Amino acid sequence: MELAAQSGTVAPSILRKNSLIDSLMHGLTRSAALLVLLLLGGVIGVLIHGSIPAFEKFGFGFFTTEKWNPVTEIFGAAAPIYGTIVTSIIAMVIGVPISIGIAIFMTELCPRSLKRTLGTGIELLAGIPSIIYGLWGLFVLAPLLQQYVQPALISAAEGIPWLESLFTGPPYGIGVLTAALILSIMVLPYITSVTRDVFETVPPMLKESAYGLGATTWEVVWKVVIPYTRTGIVGGVMLGLGRALGETMAVTFVIGNAHRIATSLIAPGTTISATIANEFTEADGEMYTSALISLGLILFMITFVVLAAARLMLLRLQMKENR
Amino acid sequence: MENRPSIQIGSAVASPNETRDALHAGYAEKVSIRDVCFYYGQSIALKNISLPLYEKQTTAFIGPSGCGKSTLLRILNRMYDLYPGQRATGEVLLDGENILSPTIDLNLLRYRIGMVFQKPTPFPMSIYDNIAFGIRLYEKVPKSEMDGRVEDALKRTALWDEVKNKVNSSGLGLSGGQQQRLCIARTIAVRPKVILLDEPTSALDPISTAKIEELIYQLKADYSIAIVTHNMQQAARVADFTAFMYLGELVEFGATDMLFTKPKQTKTEEYITGRFG
Repeated sequence: MELAAQSGTVAPSILRKNSLIDSLMHGLTRSAALLVLLLLGGVIGVLIHGSIPAFEKFGFGFFTTEKWNPVTEIFGAAAPIYGTIVTSIIAMVIGVPISIGIAIFMTELCPRSLKRTLGTGIELLAGIPSIIYGLWGLFVLAPLLQQYVQPALISAAEGIPWLESLFTGPPYGIGVLTAALILSIMVLPYITSVTRDVFETVPPMLKESAYGLGATTWEVVWKVVIPYTRTGIVGGVMLGLGRALGETMAVTFVIGNAHRIATSLIAPGTTISATIANEFTEADGEMYTSALISLGLILFMITFVVLAAARLMLLRLQMKENR
Repeated sequence: MENRPSIQIGSAVASPNETRDALHAGYAEKVSIRDVCFYYGQSIALKNISLPLYEKQTTAFIGPSGCGKSTLLRILNRMYDLYPGQRATGEVLLDGENILSPTIDLNLLRYRIGMVFQKPTPFPMSIYDNIAFGIRLYEKVPKSEMDGRVEDALKRTALWDEVKNKVNSSGLGLSGGQQQRLCIARTIAVRPKVILLDEPTSALDPISTAKIEELIYQLKADYSIAIVTHNMQQAARVADFTAFMYLGELVEFGATDMLFTKPKQTKTEEYITGRFG
């Protein structure tokens, strides 16, 4: 008050207005934040509630049963779970090295003029709707695979004990491998842009000190840039994995939607999201609907476990560093 | 630093053009910079620089910000080559071989010329691996010998007693001054011919700075050293020879004692007495 008296008269109405705006702001932002948690809780609640009938009927066997028969109302999630995990893993195996390779090229080697073109190209790739990927996969990629790639794979793997069982059966074109290929293309822009961004956070001086010791570009990237940015890389890979696990439309187009687990990667299969997208219109009985909702809950759990595992891995890395 | 041998040079006249004639007395030229110009794209950053770096002597580069002293240092290990649009003309002879020649093996050159930067740049790996990193790049060394070389490098930088129980923990866990000494240890572990120090103490506290300066003084026994510094007192303390640069030109080069007590150029005198810069 004394201060106010010295430096001019403060209108009490302004003070009141300010504190009102402040508390209003406070309340609004807090309720926005709470809303997110409520929504999340609501989604989980509905998923759990909807999946109760299926779990009551099938119990733990729901996870291990391969059979999926809407007519006799016997449902098992093993095939879609298997398909989801296998397509995502293959997509990561193909997509991650390519993405990191592109990011390394863009940050370390690429001439400046090409850098922008490449960056724009990658961003455009991320902007293509998944249904377009699905169409392209079904009408362009699958026939190509069927005609050229799959026969070659089958004959190349023939006689090699382990590989033979992975590439066997008639070349349909569509199948688990095709879906994984499409997925790897779809996750590529996400992983690339995240890894490129984290590579750019490496201080030039740190790279120069490695070059200053006589290291080649390869050694600088492999021993300095990647270890320095591994947290960010793991983050980018997880972002891509999250996309791959949940991707629906493109996968539904090319995976074949067969509820069975085949050792062969070129055989048709299904994923959780593809099953839901394909069958929700036909789900008339309570048990059918409940089985689909249970699949949704399982997908949610898989994604959660993957994210949690990534967090844990990063924590352990950090602990090791500070040891 | 008190027991530094005083350097007597006949005439010690050191205007840029007569540099090489004037400073001959008994010092071998490790590096000869001859008529070097440097360009960032179209703009010229260094104009016709000529001076020697003498074997087992420390040469300091002083001058106001942007005068080109760091640029000059980055020519000596061709670091500028990492960036498109930067180029140098002229000749830089290292033991008689022109390192600006396009046929030179850049990685090998940088292996022979060590560099330490303004800020500590430990690699994201253990203290041991930080030092072994450079050695492993070009030498096949058995484990026992590697242990010895790592220990030796750490001892020479007075780090050994501080880190001997945690050489396998991350180099990022050290204090700033320790990190910078680790970077120097890493540099000398590969036994370079020349060591370039680019304002090595600008990010450090006074005590760490004193340790690094002491270290530079000791390293001079085995290495030819070039140091860029903002701090004129530092140049006076550690360097045998000093070059004063201004706006991309070498204004004066000479024995440190002479340059600080009897500068030949008025520009030098104005700078060292603090009238500009």
